[in-house]
Amino acid sequence: MSVRVQTEDFDVAAETEKLLGGRTDVGAIVTFTGRVRGSDEGREIAALTLEHYPDMTEAEMARIEAEAQARWSLQASLVVHRVGELRAGDNIVLVITAAAHREAAFEAAGFLMDYLKTRAPFWKKETTSAGESGWVDAREQDDTAAKRWS
Amino acid sequence: MSSAATRRVRLLYFAWVREKIGCPEESVELPATVATVADLVAWLKDRGPQYGDAFARPQVVRAALDRVHVKPSAPLGAAQEIAFFPPVTGG
Repeated sequence: MSVRVQTEDFDVAAETEKLLGGRTDVGAIVTFTGRVRGSDEGREIAALTLEHYPDMTEAEMARIEAEAQARWSLQASLVVHRVGELRAGDNIVLVITAAAHREAAFEAAGFLMDYLKTRAPFWKKETTSAGESGWVDAREQDDTAAKRWS
Repeated sequence: MSSAATRRVRLLYFAWVREKIGCPEESVELPATVATVADLVAWLKDRGPQYGDAFARPQVVRAALDRVHVKPSAPLGAAQEIAFFPPVTGG
């Protein structure tokens, strides 16, 4: 059960092994990896720069993870979020949930992502291939998605 | 020097709020009349055009008191660190 913010990339298989290695009581593992899309609404995206609120970010991520733990019977979970400048195709976020059965693992992973997108203090600035940059607006559908858990 | 009627707080700004205001953080003396987050926004808007620009649409600026999300009606209480930022776009 842990959360991390880092600039460096992560390795999904290595993180899964580190979280669960040797355990035989886990029946279901869901891993979600979010990546930088090379295009968004017709614009070619060269890079995304992720800013965050360092003193609040991990605390908020830990609150979100604790809420997932309280709602579902999870045997393990991990959330890793990258910050700094990322290129198209780079990993941004990793969520791993492990449970005895798949429903809890799937649902908890969806919940964690919905809450990360609407509660964790990260902001994205995109730079297009033409060199223009601008802040990415929050999407209403992310708020709608998060509301299904309330 | 702080008088009994004011208190010093740390203000933090992120993303486009930071860019519009022109600095990532500052320390200010708040008068006792500033009781809520919305009061603080109104008070800041009187400090200069860059604040007016950042808070032109106050409903899209979010706040956290001592690193916890709050609504504009939230009392500042004894909070030491007040952050303003756009809706988050992580994940």
